[in-house]
Amino acid sequence: MGKTDLGPPDYRTMLPKVIEKNYGKWKYHEILKPGVLKHVSETGDEVFTVRVGSPRLVSIDYIRDICDVADKYCDGHLRFTSRYNIELMTPKKENVEPIIAAVQKLGLPVGGTGNAISNVVHTQGWVHCHSAATDSSGLVKAIMDELYPYFISMKLPARLRVALACCINMCGAVHCSDIAIVGVHTKPPKVDNSKVTALCEIPTTLSSCPTGAIRKDPSNPKSLVVNDEKCMYCGNCYTVCPAMPLADSVGDGVAIYVGGKVSNARTAPMFSRLAIPYIPNNPPRWPEVVSAIKNIVEVYAKHAHPEERMGEWIERVGWESFFKLTGIPFTEYHIDDFTHAIDTYRTTTQFRW
Amino acid sequence: MADQDTPLINELEKGPWPSYVKEIKRAAKKNAAAKDLLGVQEQSFKDRITHWKHGGIVGVTGYGGGVIGRYVDMPEEFPNLEMFHTMRVNHPSGWFYTTEALRKVCDIWEKYGSGMTNFHGSTGDIILLGTSTQNLQPCFDELAENGFDLGGSGSALRTPSACVGPARCEYACIDTLDICNNLTHEFQDEMHRPRWPYKFKIKVSGCCNDGVAAIARADLSIIGTWKDTLRIDQEEVRNYVKNGFDIKGIVIDKCPTKALDWDEKKKELVLRAEDCVRCMHCINKMPKALRPGLDRGATLLIGAKAPIVKGAYLSWVLVPFMKMEPPYDEVKTLLRNIWEWWDENGRTRERVAELIERLGLKAFLKAVGIKPVPQMVYKPRANPYVFFE
Repeated sequence: MGKTDLGPPDYRTMLPKVIEKNYGKWKYHEILKPGVLKHVSETGDEVFTVRVGSPRLVSIDYIRDICDVADKYCDGHLRFTSRYNIELMTPKKENVEPIIAAVQKLGLPVGGTGNAISNVVHTQGWVHCHSAATDSSGLVKAIMDELYPYFISMKLPARLRVALACCINMCGAVHCSDIAIVGVHTKPPKVDNSKVTALCEIPTTLSSCPTGAIRKDPSNPKSLVVNDEKCMYCGNCYTVCPAMPLADSVGDGVAIYVGGKVSNARTAPMFSRLAIPYIPNNPPRWPEVVSAIKNIVEVYAKHAHPEERMGEWIERVGWESFFKLTGIPFTEYHIDDFTHAIDTYRTTTQFRW
Repeated sequence: MADQDTPLINELEKGPWPSYVKEIKRAAKKNAAAKDLLGVQEQSFKDRITHWKHGGIVGVTGYGGGVIGRYVDMPEEFPNLEMFHTMRVNHPSGWFYTTEALRKVCDIWEKYGSGMTNFHGSTGDIILLGTSTQNLQPCFDELAENGFDLGGSGSALRTPSACVGPARCEYACIDTLDICNNLTHEFQDEMHRPRWPYKFKIKVSGCCNDGVAAIARADLSIIGTWKDTLRIDQEEVRNYVKNGFDIKGIVIDKCPTKALDWDEKKKELVLRAEDCVRCMHCINKMPKALRPGLDRGATLLIGAKAPIVKGAYLSWVLVPFMKMEPPYDEVKTLLRNIWEWWDENGRTRERVAELIERLGLKAFLKAVGIKPVPQMVYKPRANPYVFFE
């Protein structure tokens, strides 16, 4: 047995010299053009950052390619952002264009700064996850091919954050994004009672259900039954009990939520809220999902005031206007009936037609 | 797996956004598991369902987490994916790397794994995607030899993460990287040996723009702020205006508490400091002219999480302002108190916010020794059902 509990490598050993020297002394920054930042220090030092879009699911040779660029222009340092972008930093302004040329040669876009659509935070999907109701990397690729012009420019009213979770566990915690794409199952799990005793702990499985839809079978204490009426297909039971699969090639698909944000700028952080309850999976490019997202982005871009995030725009014009302007039908599914539902029911006579 | 065998995913090699399919194909040239990964992707695209199973505890000696066991459900067709486990490798704070360190990780993964990775997972770890049970221990040992360790998984402390902070951001009111690094090292046992009701996440953002989404994603959200007045460089404000910046439309009118005015005569930005709620909007728009104040610390909030089980939560204010100086004992003590109460009272798969909702914020505050203040709520209760003591 080797070493344990080392903890992460010390970030101080990873910092570029210009960062080490100006740590905590930064004075201001400018966005020179989409994807290029300039930070200026109290010491007068400057650092230029080129932000590069990355597909997140990458080979080790891809990482080595990026390292080659960083070795050549950035003294052998680089960083990643929380949205999987790569940032190549240099104190030399003359290195900026060669860095851009080098990453573009690798097929990577420069952008994602300011009032842009940055990279899509997402989960594993069909490439690695047991409970995925849709794919992640594939759907994100299809979406970003369409939204690409918004990544390499800064022409939106405000920044627009897109995130994708391949099931409603939302391990990517997409629930506070301007546009959140969520994989949804629409059919209850099929219990395989021959495997329940071998694979599952019954009390854990019972308590995993948010709506109390799972019970022990009264006629057979070693098996489980699901009350289909109470099941909302979250798959939480499947995560603790592999004998309850719920993936379904016909029923699985995608829901779209809008208007969330995490920043405290101007307005408080807010949850994304349901816009489109269900679009069936249609790989390899999910054209219906992609065009629905494009529509929402375009309607927002056309109607929002400068500096207004998606959710701020919708709150100003009202959800009734959102549904009207986007042409998205409002259905019974949009009305909340879960734990904090009554907070969403309108208690005023103020609305728009 | 020849190109003609994967017609569906080949479609995702087209288009301007970089293609992960090309990446899997690159890895497939060197590695049999990556080759089978192409096949199982194509299979999922055809069948429109996942082909992964979970279950079966796998890991490395001495740890209860950091590895996610994964198996394909068609092992006859894809024998190299019969075991395809994930290793979560704890990233350095702020995701800064030397190329030397990154190349090392790549070399180790070439030796022991599929050659496919996520840079990074949504929690922040480097995700090494796909290896066999027998390769886990030697891979971990070699990572450790080179200064890397595993991150969190299961009912444990998950890998904390932080925004770029003072390393390259003038907004940072706290040393996010040091706080993240310090807390992660302090709580190695809590991270590597799951023993709680469910997961617990810590995220550190330098300002309330909240670059790592702490308020939406972390059970303990640490968000930098300041207590005094924001700093104004009037000369720079005038420069913005001189260059055609719409100070009225973009800044004054957007201030949520109407704390700002533009004095056209004096050409000065007027701030009513007592009305400012430090939302960062004006600073975001005029970073050259406006800066956070100097009495800096963090707001600590509790409970953010995704929907499972009782619905999604944003974090609730727990400590409106705390000074954040190393060794961060105050926040460490608070964390230990929170965990003790949660461990004692929480049910299986009950996140701390769900427990607080079940037993009440009042009971929680009492347990962790924090006095109630108005900053914790939007408004006091409207109902008369008070339990007097």
